[in-house]
Parts: sequence; structure tokens; C-alpha cells
Amino acid sequence: MPEPSTLTFPVTREQLASLRAGDEVLLSGPVYTARDATHARLVAETDAHGGVLPYGLEGQTLFYAGPTPPAAGRPAGSVGPTTAKRMDAWTPALLSAGIVAAIGKGVRSESVREAFAATGSVYFAAVGGSAALLATRVSASTFVAYPDLGTEALVRLDLMDFPVVVAIDSCGDDLYAQAASEWRHALAGLESATPEGSSR
Amino acid sequence: MIEVAAIADAVRRAISLAAVELRPDALSAMETALGAERAPRAKRVLEQLIDNARIARTDRVPLCQDTGTVWVWLELGERECLSGDIYAAVDAAVAEAYRDGALRMSVVRDALTDRANTTDNTPAFMDITLRPGSGATVHVMLKGGGSDNSSVLEMLEPAAGIQGVRELVLRTVSAKATGACPPLVVGVGVGATFDKVALLAKKALLRPIGEPSADSAVAAFERELMDAINASGIGPAGMGGDTTALAVNVLSAPCHIASLPVAVNMGCCAVRSVSIDVG
Repeated sequence: MPEPSTLTFPVTREQLASLRAGDEVLLSGPVYTARDATHARLVAETDAHGGVLPYGLEGQTLFYAGPTPPAAGRPAGSVGPTTAKRMDAWTPALLSAGIVAAIGKGVRSESVREAFAATGSVYFAAVGGSAALLATRVSASTFVAYPDLGTEALVRLDLMDFPVVVAIDSCGDDLYAQAASEWRHALAGLESATPEGSSR
Repeated sequence: MIEVAAIADAVRRAISLAAVELRPDALSAMETALGAERAPRAKRVLEQLIDNARIARTDRVPLCQDTGTVWVWLELGERECLSGDIYAAVDAAVAEAYRDGALRMSVVRDALTDRANTTDNTPAFMDITLRPGSGATVHVMLKGGGSDNSSVLEMLEPAAGIQGVRELVLRTVSAKATGACPPLVVGVGVGATFDKVALLAKKALLRPIGEPSADSAVAAFERELMDAINASGIGPAGMGGDTTALAVNVLSAPCHIASLPVAVNMGCCAVRSVSIDVG
């Protein structure tokens, strides 16, 4: 297995084009937290401004996350991915407006997979349930907008070597759609190579 | 007589502990799974989750940023009585524990009409039941949205039988596991009524991982479901591998002659619960 590659935001879609579903990547640089309520407002503001993203989000990456308050000397005590599928209703509009990547967890709808491919954008998956570890890879937190939303506010987080896996690449290949069947096939190969059966 | 303050204190301690310390049975199951796991990426995911538990415990930070809604199940000895407003005392304990623990406030005022954050993670969701004898046990679970959203309840027909229950559990895991943060603890309730079957599934999550049902037929069904789920290949974080579930816990109950209620309540890899005896 190759070592993870590194990527520093902000990035262009050209830089994202070489990534493939299943690649492990360490992310650095700024990302912007956005959950359900944030998405609704971002799309409304973008629509109100003739399709232009607010808050300088053009070319930036969204992180589907709502952190816990600062703790242990870190900007967030805990911060990990929330379920990406809940953002599906708003994602195609935001990708069209200029968001180039997103970080979350779990499967997306078919139309959202197509939207990532059509715009050359990338969906990264982080490991859900590892938010204490992931918080050690966040160096700064800067409030941007929507203070009334609490943990759902739009916040800039600066990442350093934040571990993710490419879940949907710019060609539309989907890690979640392939991972289970690929492992079952790999296992069938392993087991047929060991006549006495699995070593498990 | 049990003072509500003693129950509230137990709730406060349970929240503080559950938020930062992975259940010992979950950590142990994860370590066993790492030893048996064959997929390279899955091994790295399990290592990341075990490392996460270590960081959370050492630095006293939440295991998961979703510190959940609070479910309190108070089992009260039938010889006891409670002094005071238990609901208000528990809500005050929740607010204090979430503020002092720097936990995330994740509750809105009304699901339908007012989705403004209550800003103190109240109200708690509470069940009170009686049991023989004296004393009380306070069970506290912090339930994340991702795993609860991945749960289902269906009223099957009796003709569907045990095969119908099996298919519903496997279909639910297959469709929803990636949003529920596997490796999962799958709680399954079968029986009772529409409203009660979901509680059975949730109570099933309290049973320690690795402890089978006391009913041998139910225990055999649990093993069968566990094997089928782990043969799916979904794996830790849904990224492929052998370890999709750490446990399948089933609780069954009597039901109407016309019914076969089934509920599947997903527990995530950061399954968080603490039970404390009081009095």
C-alpha cells in the first residue's frame, strides 16, 4: 500500500484530477464547516447574488462538520465528519457555483455523484467516530458567518495532515460503491489460494 | 426514598464519562477485530479508532464531535419513592454536564416548527420503569444523529417470520451502514407494539458486546446475523473489510397475533453508555 499523498488547500480542479477513489490523502490548509442549516443559507445567499458564492468560498472546500467547543488547548475538542447524504439536496448547486471539494462520511446519491464528475470536483471521506484524533490535525478555527447557528456556523478550519480517503473522484468513481464488493472478491481470491481455507 | 439530586448527580457523572471514555467492551472488541481483520485499509481504520479512544481518554475530549441526545432510563426499585421533579433535575444535570464538559449542543426546540438550538442540549429523553426490590439504576446513553438516522422500524406480518426479520436487518445495514460509523453495534427489537419495539432495540445496545442473549435460540439468531453482516465486506468506516459489526444484540417480546414489529437501532463505533446504581 502506497504512503498517503499530501494536498494543500486551496486547490484547483486540475490538481484534483489525478486523485482516484480509494487514494489515501493527508489534507492541509483551509476548509469551511457546513452542515444542513449552513447549506440552506449558503445556497440562498448564492442565489441572491446571481450565482456567486458568499464569503470568498469560490474554489474552496466544505467540511461537513459541527465541532465541539475548544478543549485540550486545541481549537476544537473534537471534530469529525457528519453524514454527507444530508447535504445532497444542496451539493450540485454549490459545486456549480465553485466549491471544488467536500469532506464528509458515507454514501451520496447518484445525482450528486454525477455532479462531482460533471464539475471535476472531489468528495473526501474521513473516518466517522475518530473526531478526537482528527481534532489534533486542526491548527486554527476562525468564525466566518451565521453566529446564531451555534455548532452549525460557517467556520474556517486550518488543517494539517488531516487523514481522508478519496470517496468520489473527478471521474465519478465511488469508493463506497466499490469497497464492499472489491473486498469480497479479494477475499474469494485469498481463500481459493489457500486450499485449507481461510486462516481466520 | 431516593433524592432526585442523587439521580441527577449520576446522570451528570455518566455523561462526563461516556463522552470521553469508550466503553471497555467496545474497545476490547475493536482490539480483537484488529487482530482478525484481513483488509489492509480496514486495519488502518481500526487503528485510527483505537488511537482515537486513547486520545479522548487521555485529553478528556469527546470521542465524537456528535455528543448526541441524552437518553436516560431510570430503573426504580418498587419499594422506592422519588422526592421532587425528576425531569427538571435530569435536564439541569444534562445542561451542566454539557456546558462543563465542552460537549456539543445538538438539540433543537421543535422538530417541526422551530429548529433553533436549545443551547444546553436539553431536554433529555427519559424512560422510567419499576423493578423488584429497592435502589435504582440509571442508564445513560449519548446517541449520535448519524446512527439514529440509520435506524428503521417496520411492522412486518407474521408470515414474514424470522426470515423477514433477518432480511430487514441485513437490508438496513447494507443501505445505511456508511452513515452510521461502522464497526456497528446493531440493536434489534422484535415484538411488543409499534411504540415499544423501538425501545427494545435501543435497550439492546446497552448489553455488553460479546455477551449473547440469555435465550439460546435468540443467541443463535444473533450469531447468524453477525456472520452475515460481517460477510458483507462493508468494513470499518464503510471502506471495505471484515469488521462491519462488533455485535448484534436482539431483544424479543410478546406481541399481537397479527403483528411482527421489528426495529433496528444502529449503534456506532463510538457507542456511548454508562449505567450507575444509586441507593
